[in-house]
Formats: sequence, C-alpha cells, structure tokens
Amino acid sequence: MEKIVEFSHVSVEFPGVRANDDVSFSVNKGEIFALVGENGAGKSTLMNVLYGIHTPASGEVFVKGEKVTKFDPKEAIRRGIGMVHQHFMLVPSFTVAENIVLSREPKKGILCDRKEERRQVADLSREYGLEVNPDDVVGDLSVGLQQRVEILKTLYRGADVLILDEPTAVLTPQETAELFAVLRRVVAERGMTVILITHKLYEVKEISDRVGVMRRGKLMGIHETASVTAEQLAELMVGREMAPTPEKEEMTPGEAALEISNLHADNNRGQEALNGLSLQVRRGEIVGIAAIEGNGQSELLEAVSGMRPYRGKITVNGGDISGKTPGEIRKLGLSHVPEDRLSTGVDKDASVSDNLLAGKEKEPEFSAHGIHLHPKAIRSYAQKLYEAFDIRGAGIDVTAGSLSGGNMQKVVIAREMSFGSQVLLIAQPTRGVDIGAVEFIHRQIRTQRAGGAAILLSSADLDEVLSLSDRILTVYEGKITGEFFPPYSKTEIGLGMTGTSKEAAHE
Amino acid sequence: MGNIFTTGLFRQMLRSATPVALAAMGGLLTEHAGVMNIGMDGMILIGAFVAVAVSVVTGSAALGVLAAILVGVLVGAFFALFVVKFRSDEFIIGTALNIFAGGLTVFLLGALFGVRGTLRTQAGLPTVDLPLIDQIPFLGEVLSGNSLFIYLTVLIVLIMWTLVYRTPWGRWLRASGEHPGALRTAGVSPEGMRWQASLLCGAFCGLAGAQLALGNVSMFSEGMSNSRGYVAFACVIFGAANPGKAYLAALMFGFFDALGYRLQEYNISSNLTSMIPYVITVIMMVYVVIRGQKKKAAV
Repeated sequence: MEKIVEFSHVSVEFPGVRANDDVSFSVNKGEIFALVGENGAGKSTLMNVLYGIHTPASGEVFVKGEKVTKFDPKEAIRRGIGMVHQHFMLVPSFTVAENIVLSREPKKGILCDRKEERRQVADLSREYGLEVNPDDVVGDLSVGLQQRVEILKTLYRGADVLILDEPTAVLTPQETAELFAVLRRVVAERGMTVILITHKLYEVKEISDRVGVMRRGKLMGIHETASVTAEQLAELMVGREMAPTPEKEEMTPGEAALEISNLHADNNRGQEALNGLSLQVRRGEIVGIAAIEGNGQSELLEAVSGMRPYRGKITVNGGDISGKTPGEIRKLGLSHVPEDRLSTGVDKDASVSDNLLAGKEKEPEFSAHGIHLHPKAIRSYAQKLYEAFDIRGAGIDVTAGSLSGGNMQKVVIAREMSFGSQVLLIAQPTRGVDIGAVEFIHRQIRTQRAGGAAILLSSADLDEVLSLSDRILTVYEGKITGEFFPPYSKTEIGLGMTGTSKEAAHE
Repeated sequence: MGNIFTTGLFRQMLRSATPVALAAMGGLLTEHAGVMNIGMDGMILIGAFVAVAVSVVTGSAALGVLAAILVGVLVGAFFALFVVKFRSDEFIIGTALNIFAGGLTVFLLGALFGVRGTLRTQAGLPTVDLPLIDQIPFLGEVLSGNSLFIYLTVLIVLIMWTLVYRTPWGRWLRASGEHPGALRTAGVSPEGMRWQASLLCGAFCGLAGAQLALGNVSMFSEGMSNSRGYVAFACVIFGAANPGKAYLAALMFGFFDALGYRLQEYNISSNLTSMIPYVITVIMMVYVVIRGQKKKAAV
C-alpha cells in the first residue's frame, strides 16, 4: 500500500486549546478514509493543516513521500490536495465554468477564452461523470449541484487527494446517494484518494474503507471499516466511561408545563429540520437534548420561543402558542436563553442595565404607563441583579458588548431567570465561558429546577447535558431516537445521537 | 418651448456628463471589489487643482492631465492604505478625504499662487472636429468639435466593459467583492484586487478632475467638483457597476444639468434649476433601492 498522506506526531494549538494532540496516521492511495468525531474533536483542524490553512505547532506532514515545509493553500493545491469546504467557496453570480476555472482561466490574448473554458469544463464533467451545465449561474443551483461544482473545481486544479468536510450535512438523501456514487467512481476509475470528515456513522459504514476516530484532539484509533461495528465507533467517539450521576437533590416532577406534539419545522435552507417530534417537560425537571449540531435542536428551541414557524402543537403552561409572538409566549411563562448570545441574547450596544431590564420596561415599578421610565428604580434593580449574578465588568452603565463572553452570558442568564418563568429554554448555557462562570451558571440552573421550573436544555457539550439532566432525549435528523435516565451510558446515548440505536436503525 | 432643445443643450450635456462618467469608471472598479468609495468627490477636486496648477507652471495641458492622473493614483493609495490595509470604515475615510481635499486645494491656491477663489490657465484641452459627421445637420453640430476627452471617454467605457467582463482580471475583481473566500482559496489575494481597484479609481478621478478644469473651462475654482463625485457614485449604483449603464446614467445627469442652465434663460430662478440634476439623482437612487427591495422580496 502506497502512503499518499502521512501525519507524524502532529499537534495544533490555538490560544488556550490544543486542537490536535500528537496525531499520527497515514492515508493510502486509492482509499476512502473517513474521519469521525464529535463537534470540536479536531477533525476539520487536522484537514485544514493538510490543506495548508493551519500550521502545526509540532510534528510533520508528508504528501506523496515529500515533507511539507510550507503550509499554504497554494502549495497544497500544487501537491494535488483539493478541499471541498463546508461553506462553499463559489461566486454566486458567476457561471459554473467561470467558478471552476477561477484564477486559472484559459486565455486568448488578454481576454478569457470563454469557448475553451466551456469546452474544458464540459470535458472534465464528462470524464468524471459529474454532470453540470457550464453556463448555469451558480447562485441558481441546488446545494447538491454547487457541491459538484466544488469537486470539479478541485479536479480542474489537478487534485488527486480530495478532502470533503461534512459534505452530506447540507444534502438531501438522494443527493447524498449521488455524491457517494461519484466518490466511489473517482476512486475506482481514477485512482483518487478521498478523505471524508463526517459524524454520521452509517455513512462511514456505507462508503469508507478505513475509519479514524478522533476525540478531544486525539486520534482514538484507526479501523478497517468492515471489522468494526457502529456501536464500537460510537463508543470511541464519546468515550466508554459511565457519566457521573448528577449531584442534586431528589425531586418528584410535577405536571407537564411544556408540551410539544408532532412538531414539524424547516431550517433556514427550507429543508425539514424537525420531523414529527413530541416531548414533555414537567415542573421541577431538567430534560436534556443530546444531539450533534444540525439535527434540529436549534430549530426546536426557536419554534418553542416563537422565533420560527412550525406545524404541530406546542403548549406552554397549558396555553397554545400558535400564532403568538415571542413577547406573547413569554407572558405565558416562558424564558429563553438563546444559543447565540451575541445575535439574540444581548443588545451589544445597549448598557448592561438596559439589557438586564429588557422585557420589564412596562412594569409599573419601572415606568409610568410604560412611557416615562424611572431611572432610579431601574438602576437599583439592575445593580441588584448585577451583584446577585456575580457579573464582573465595569458596572451597569457600560455597553453589554464590552463584557467578556462569560459575563455577557451571565447578563442573559440573570435576565431570563428574573421573570420567575415556569418554563425555561436554555441553549448552550456555557459556550465559550470560563470554568468559574460555568459552575456558577450550572448552580443557577439547578436553583431554578428546585424552584419548580420545567427546563429544556440543549448543549453541544455532551458532558454538560449529562451532568445537569434528569432525563435525556437523543435527537437525530429531527426525531427523538431515545430516552435515557441516570445513570447514563455514554455509549447508548452516542448511538442515539448518531442515529445508530436499535429503534432508529437506518432502513 | 420648442427652442430649449438646441444643439447647445446637447453639447452642454456631453460636457457635464464626461467628468462624471470618467469618475464613475473608477468608482465601479472599487464597487466591484467590495469597497464603497464615497471619497471620489475629493479625488476629482484634487485632480482639477493639480491639472490647472501644472498647466499654469509648464504651459502644457497634456502635462497637467498626466500630473492629475499621477496624483490621483497617490490619493487612491492613501485611500487604500486606510480602507484595505487598516480596514478602517470606508465611509469615514471617504468623507475625510472630501473635506481634506476642499481644505488642501484652497490652502495650496493661496500658498503657491497667491490667489483666492479661482486660478486661470491659458492651456486647454484641444477640441476635435469629426470629418463627415460634422456635415450632418443638428447631430453633426452636437457631436463634432467637442473637447478631446468627450470622445476618449466613449472609448474608455468600451475598454472598461471588456476589462471587467471579459478578462481574468475583471473576474478576479468581481470575485473579490462578491465572495473573497472563493478568490482566496483559488490562490488570488482579494486585498490585492482592492488595492489595484483603489489606485485605478484614483487615476480615473484625477482624469475626471482634469477634464472638468481643462476640458470644460480652463480654470480651477474652489469646490469646483460640486458633488460630482457623489453623482458619479450614484451613477455606479444606478448602472449596477456596469460601465455602459453607468455611462448612460452620467449622460442623464448631464442632460438635466444642461437643462437647468437652459431654463435659467426663461427667468426661472437659478437656485431652482441647479437643483434639477441632484433631485433627479435622488429620485434615481430611491428607484434603485425600491427595485432592490422588490428583488429581495421575490427571492
């Protein structure tokens, strides 16, 4: 077996994180190699090293036996590495042909030779069986076709090692099947090598020859795909150990405060993100959603908070929320810590005090008839919250945008917990927050639970979900694939998250 | 009112439109590269001053034009340094450039030539008679015997269209504004394209200033760009950064500008008539915005 790419003790560091830790393995010429792992496991980082976008802190990379000395995309392209990024690198107003030849246009004198470029693209398209119309405008194409243009772009540049970063995340099942057929063909007929980043285990089983599993920047092992089960892969991805039982007082949950039945909703690209999902959250209970990013958990919380249209039924404290605005839903007794604090959690340019008050401006305590504000009452209220939630910054008068991520998050948490809501939606409560603030925020969430709130929690950090939840629902492709109670088995939850558990077995 | 539409009106239209069209050719380059260049007015003003100043000193209009273009490139470099390299706000830098140009030209007028307000030059750009065409009644009178750059501008528009839409460079330029990531991963620096666009924009604005001062009147006067840089910017937006369409927009501005002059002869206040081209520009822009919103809603 000829090694076409080899990583030798590669480590990559970002400020405060070791994204890749002493990774060594090689990829053989003419194979389809899958790289799997949870979000943030370091798969994309490692492939960006190969494509020359990141430079490793230590270790060596060899391509076709030659040591890579300069990490630069141009250099990588020269060595025959092609990468299809998760976010397409295509100019929407250009035609297919114009995008494919970009920066290497065939020329006639000083002008572009448009006939020649169309001919070359048509030839390439025929040669590899990747059907495209060279004259179509890329912005009008479906995502699947755009991806095909990306692949042709790398082929035009002479790539024989093709890296695809989560290529199926944006595709429909039919498009995925077509992509896989194309990949098999270029490997079988052209002797190309494909490296596929994914976190869908059934895809690994379906297409790859070998699979490498990454967890927290480390390579956990390399296996012949045929000799490993999806269960074993899931275990390697999320770890084997049993999660510690959440340390909190026993509570007997009360009646259901949040009820969702047969929920359907689309994502921003108009594809179905929620596919008949039903769940209940009772008072005094934390229900955790365990899902890999992009499986509908964001759309679920947005639908419940009134930020996304849906079909199905959602009730908050018995009140149907259909047709209600986010403000009206809040009045039913719902608070929402949104997943992205910068875009929807705080107003960066408003003061900390205004952010803490938001939603309460019309209360008689703070204004007369909702118009004339009472600055004194507002200041003392904001100051009280500021201290109670241990927000650390330059006081309540500076803009929220000037706070650190952790303290900005505390502003959101403080505000949302100050309504005394019966139902709490909490997304990514501690993303990008320092450890001290994490503990504080977790304590606040438990306090709300003790106060009888029904809490629906979603987080990309599986350990966070495990340590806080009374009950965990795994969600995969917009459906609930399993319900779990402590003590949790990470292996089983991992299977549910990757759609490989018994009840969610694919086809 | 039949005698409003005289050959004089249309000759004035070409005179008014040409500096705006030349500046718009530069503005559409930066627009394609994703840089909003609001500083064109200042660039034109500096170009007009340099053209007159150099022609007064050397007695040569050609040297004046050349100097205006070179200084335009320098001003373009100044703009790019802040906007492209230091990523400052292009609106603020452009506005600062306009204010700076106003002050600088007044200062240099006094410091170098000891005059205030205006500086006259003996040099002017040559006019060109078109054989045969000048025999055609009316049309010949409009088209023949105009200043050299009125003809060159038409040629420049054609060259610019070819450059932007038919050469690799033009494609990289458009890609640098629309999807810089696509260009970068293809191995071309989007920042490099923005630099080149800014320098060329400076050159075109310098040329526009030179034509304004030497082609139309043979003098420099304070603030003589008179917001033509903004109008050029409006023409770029109105013409969707397409050289041909931007040129037509400039002609439209020129027509209403000329019409304003003519109407003064009918005892209509010059304060009103001089508003016409700018009011039309505002209406054009409102139309563009509404059209853009409709398009967005349709998607």
